[in-house]
Amino acid sequence: MTDAVGAGEGRGFYSALVLRRQLILMGLALALALSVCTDLALGPASYNLGQVIEGLLWPGQVEDQVRVILWEIRMPVALMAVVVGASLSIAGVQMQTILNNPLASPFTLGISAGAGFGAALALAFGVALVPFAVDYIIPVNAFVMAMLTSLAIYGLSLRQGVSSETIVLLGIALVFIFNALMSLIQFFASQQAVAAVVFWTMGSLTKATWPKLWIALAVLAAAAPLLARRGWQLTAMRLGDAKAESMGVRPRRLRLEVLVIVSLLAAISVSFVGTIGFIGLVGPHIARMLLGEDQRFLLPGAALSGALILSAGSILSKIIIPGTIIPIGIVTSLVGIPFFLYLILNRRVATW
Amino acid sequence: MVSLTLNAVSAAYGGRQVLSGVTTPTLPGGQLVALLGPNGAGKSTLFRRIFGLLRGGGEVRVEGATVPRPLAYMPQDNGARPVMTVYESILLARMQGRGLRVTSKDHVEVERILDLLNIRALRGRHVGDLSGGQRQMVGAAQALVQNPEILLMDEPTSALDLSRQIDLLALLHRLTREQGLLIVVAMHDLGHALRFADAVMVIGDGSLVACGATGDVVTTDLLREVFDVAARIEPCSMGSPQLIVDGRANCLRANCQQIRRSA
Repeated sequence: MTDAVGAGEGRGFYSALVLRRQLILMGLALALALSVCTDLALGPASYNLGQVIEGLLWPGQVEDQVRVILWEIRMPVALMAVVVGASLSIAGVQMQTILNNPLASPFTLGISAGAGFGAALALAFGVALVPFAVDYIIPVNAFVMAMLTSLAIYGLSLRQGVSSETIVLLGIALVFIFNALMSLIQFFASQQAVAAVVFWTMGSLTKATWPKLWIALAVLAAAAPLLARRGWQLTAMRLGDAKAESMGVRPRRLRLEVLVIVSLLAAISVSFVGTIGFIGLVGPHIARMLLGEDQRFLLPGAALSGALILSAGSILSKIIIPGTIIPIGIVTSLVGIPFFLYLILNRRVATW
Repeated sequence: MVSLTLNAVSAAYGGRQVLSGVTTPTLPGGQLVALLGPNGAGKSTLFRRIFGLLRGGGEVRVEGATVPRPLAYMPQDNGARPVMTVYESILLARMQGRGLRVTSKDHVEVERILDLLNIRALRGRHVGDLSGGQRQMVGAAQALVQNPEILLMDEPTSALDLSRQIDLLALLHRLTREQGLLIVVAMHDLGHALRFADAVMVIGDGSLVACGATGDVVTTDLLREVFDVAARIEPCSMGSPQLIVDGRANCLRANCQQIRRSA
């Protein structure tokens, strides 16, 4: 692939590389737009794409019923899939980058499991970790536990002699601890509460509302430029700490800064939609395979691919069994993982 | 012209002193300095201390620099395999601390360095697919593209074939002459040091054993005491001094004190 362009000028070779990546990003964005429209069209009342686009562009001209279904019921869910998919994927790509480990993701570092434990406390026993937020007790609990988990990882990474491998190991240990605690809760909780906990951990977009969407979007909009600003430094991290240092990057400081930002992204996401482990691991890998390490393309690429996977998952969750919305966490894993395995087993360039 | 002076420089790793009291005369630009010393003597530590990656006592003084970041450091290869072409990895080294927009001047610089090191043909290859020697050439390019006035290179020739070792060292030597750079190269090949280095610094057990003009420092005594080899330095038929190694000296580098006193 690269040999074919090897004969040209260095700059020409680089422009070709950049052009290809811009086209891939545009393709992903287009696919995402199509996916969101399809997502909006599907449901108990089915519309065609023309109706959806008309309802989106000229809401005044369509019937009230169509407008309410599109804008009030389906839009928050469809856009939540986009925002959460992008957030989890960005969190995953930066965790993989700063820890230089292909296994790092919000799920494997225990942030999702922590959130699940927080949610289970609320669902099973009505324990509110933050007393005043009664309406939002489940997401707030999940968020608090997810942030505490991140803080534990953050605290550990401050210690001398702790390598990035150690951090990943600690994350996996935390996953096991939280799983055990979840089992303990389910053992003591009522049958009804157990069902609620289990449903929460499957991940679901159906609880999305406009206010939740705005919160998630605000965090994403704040985090993305902060990460983009560190683009060259983050790209250099993939050359290894020693090489990055020699280019003027301070790996420890960068690692901490980025860990705080992505923890917030991941915590907000899982607290609103539950455990969707797959996106934060796979979105980044797909983006890296398509676009390479350069963060100027990898960061938006990871956001788009994560959003696309979750949006497509949302569509599939409605059409696999008509009339039933299968929890999104199940769909993305069952459909996405075979696709992911196909990709990593058939790739031409080693990405890790 | 730029110059580097070390004054009682020390460094510690987790409470253990790994470098102590390194004091050199002022090393002016326009020369190639070989940093010599056995494995584990503290060569890489000294580089990291000079470059500012390690804290410690003493003073690293850089004078006469005309750019904001006069130092560049080429660490030893760490075997990372990023999904990145050679061209991108060199551009990346140049873009650190700059905006996200790549200008045509950046491309001109990258292309100039590719040609300087004669690795233009590698530019589209992925860094992870390169051989050890090719990676070393890319590492040298990443350091040079930062346009340093003082360049610290940690064993840049260790994986190169003989002709490329000579090419690279000759290029570095030429850069010191043409651009007034001060280049400090850690190396194990004493023959190369004799041939290319204007001066040598010798490190043993975390302290400076000797520092001075190559011919004055690299002596039979030093080779025996620091490197534990019995060797001679004699002129070849062409008249240049050559190193002839007779074998191990087996004095287990008992002390470097004697040489340190006389240096």
